[in-house]
Amino acid sequence: MNMLIRSIVGLIILIVLLIVPHFLEFHHQDLLIFLTINVLVVASYRLVTLTGEWSLIHAVMMGVGGYTATLLFLNYELGMWFTLPTAGLLSAAVAALLCFPLLRMTQFYFLIGSFAAGEAIRLVWIQFLDPFGGTGGLSGVSPPMIGDIDFMDPIPYYYLALTVVSICLFLLYRIEKSRVGLTLHSVHWKAPLAESVGVDTWRYRALAFITGSFFVGIAGALKVHYIGTITPNQYGIGFMVFILIWVIVGGYNKFYGPIIGVIVLTMFDESIRGFDEIRPAIYGAVLILSILFLPLGLESIPGKLKAWFIGSEVVEPPLTDE
Amino acid sequence: MPILEVKNVTKQFGGLTALDNISFHVDEGEIRGLIGPNGAGKSTMFKNIAGFYKPTSGDIHYQGQSISGRKPHQIAEMGIVRTFQETTLFQEMTVFENALVGCHTRARTDLFSAILGLDKQKQRQAADKVMEVLEFMGLSERRDQLASELPLGSQRALAISIALVSEPKLMLMDEPFAGMNPEETNHMMELTRKVRESGITIVLVEHDMKAVMGLCNYLTVLNFGQLLAQGTPEEVRSNDKVIEAYLGGAN
Repeated sequence: MNMLIRSIVGLIILIVLLIVPHFLEFHHQDLLIFLTINVLVVASYRLVTLTGEWSLIHAVMMGVGGYTATLLFLNYELGMWFTLPTAGLLSAAVAALLCFPLLRMTQFYFLIGSFAAGEAIRLVWIQFLDPFGGTGGLSGVSPPMIGDIDFMDPIPYYYLALTVVSICLFLLYRIEKSRVGLTLHSVHWKAPLAESVGVDTWRYRALAFITGSFFVGIAGALKVHYIGTITPNQYGIGFMVFILIWVIVGGYNKFYGPIIGVIVLTMFDESIRGFDEIRPAIYGAVLILSILFLPLGLESIPGKLKAWFIGSEVVEPPLTDE
Repeated sequence: MPILEVKNVTKQFGGLTALDNISFHVDEGEIRGLIGPNGAGKSTMFKNIAGFYKPTSGDIHYQGQSISGRKPHQIAEMGIVRTFQETTLFQEMTVFENALVGCHTRARTDLFSAILGLDKQKQRQAADKVMEVLEFMGLSERRDQLASELPLGSQRALAISIALVSEPKLMLMDEPFAGMNPEETNHMMELTRKVRESGITIVLVEHDMKAVMGLCNYLTVLNFGQLLAQGTPEEVRSNDKVIEAYLGGAN
């Protein structure tokens, strides 16, 4: 029965995802592609946070993927089939190098350290005009053509992005549900206990950071192939704050929390487009309210509703370790 | 044959000497009690053995091999597992998942086989091992409960289960009886004996004298970071220096 409901829900989501671009105007089709890519951004960020460490470098790692794809495309005319995985691998490689200084730190220090490392990378993009193009960035990247299908059009590109993101989400989900995922959780909740049964916490924090960077690197490449340009400012602290907001408002205790967060907030942001001057204020107010009243995120709503209907106490996991 | 040898271990924190030139050894198959008043250095000793601290000087040998200075996870891999003071568990996980974390070194998995599902057989073995241990510790019926929902006695049993799943040869138990009522204490003593009978050497730090005297075949007494006395429970109980340390110098 449960299985049946799940398959039906899955089928409905699939159909909606497949037909939705045909009901949207051009501007919204654009937005839908960015949303699809951002789903991968938050889902990969969740993998990094599984060990309990929140970084401020995720946006920059996306940029690393974006620049990799751009440079490969512009200098060697390599197609997306090559730039996409390579972007992921290079982001992962950069993350692997950064592990050595960054993972000596934990908690707050790791947060600040990762921010500093990210800014250093961004400064490299700004200062080294060749090959990164400085503040103006680089442009001229185009999406692939396969036969008659021109992926410059939003609808074909949406399907392409949807396919890539779905595969990545599937892999991320497999990782989280596996014993590796369990170990990552254990490092988060009680690192000394995990160590006492032989878990090398450093290695697992590195694994989460590197794997998360791999997937966000792919997201960066997906984005630059669609919009065609890349600048250091696209991946600054501004975008990083948005990632944090999506994850926190969505809730980070479950796999789908951040994904709900990015979808709901993107739609909300679009719906208040009419109030341009006070838009940031509205956005900020919603964020504060959601943290006050839904500290565990949108993902906690179903449980709350269920408890409210049955009239029982809500059972929620504790917010922090102790 | 000694499984664990502590040789002239000193541990200093700044100007404070927490352990002062301590030496003792533990034979295979023992239940050794490490006792002493508060602040005697028992937990510090444990942390040195388990690799959470590195001795300032001196050496610790396990099965003839020096282990001081190694990382906790490396020492755990060699077969020394510690359990923690109070109830240190993965509170947000189920009983089964908690114990499964203990499989880490014995049924290692990696990212790629996890994604591709290549480690099915290994996972099944791990699950079997977990269920065997939960059965042994009397927790199999609670396998799907959250660790945070368990009563104290079961939480302690789970902490030992996590350690057992990793198949240790030497188990360091830090105050396993703290806060327990007599009934829970009796049950825990029984479990501890069962663990020893399964071939695992045990060193335990404990304040509950009834449990210590009932379980341990040999005691090591620390006081203010120094080795005060060693002997069978009867010898230690009648040792004047020990009585003085516990009763606070009643001249």
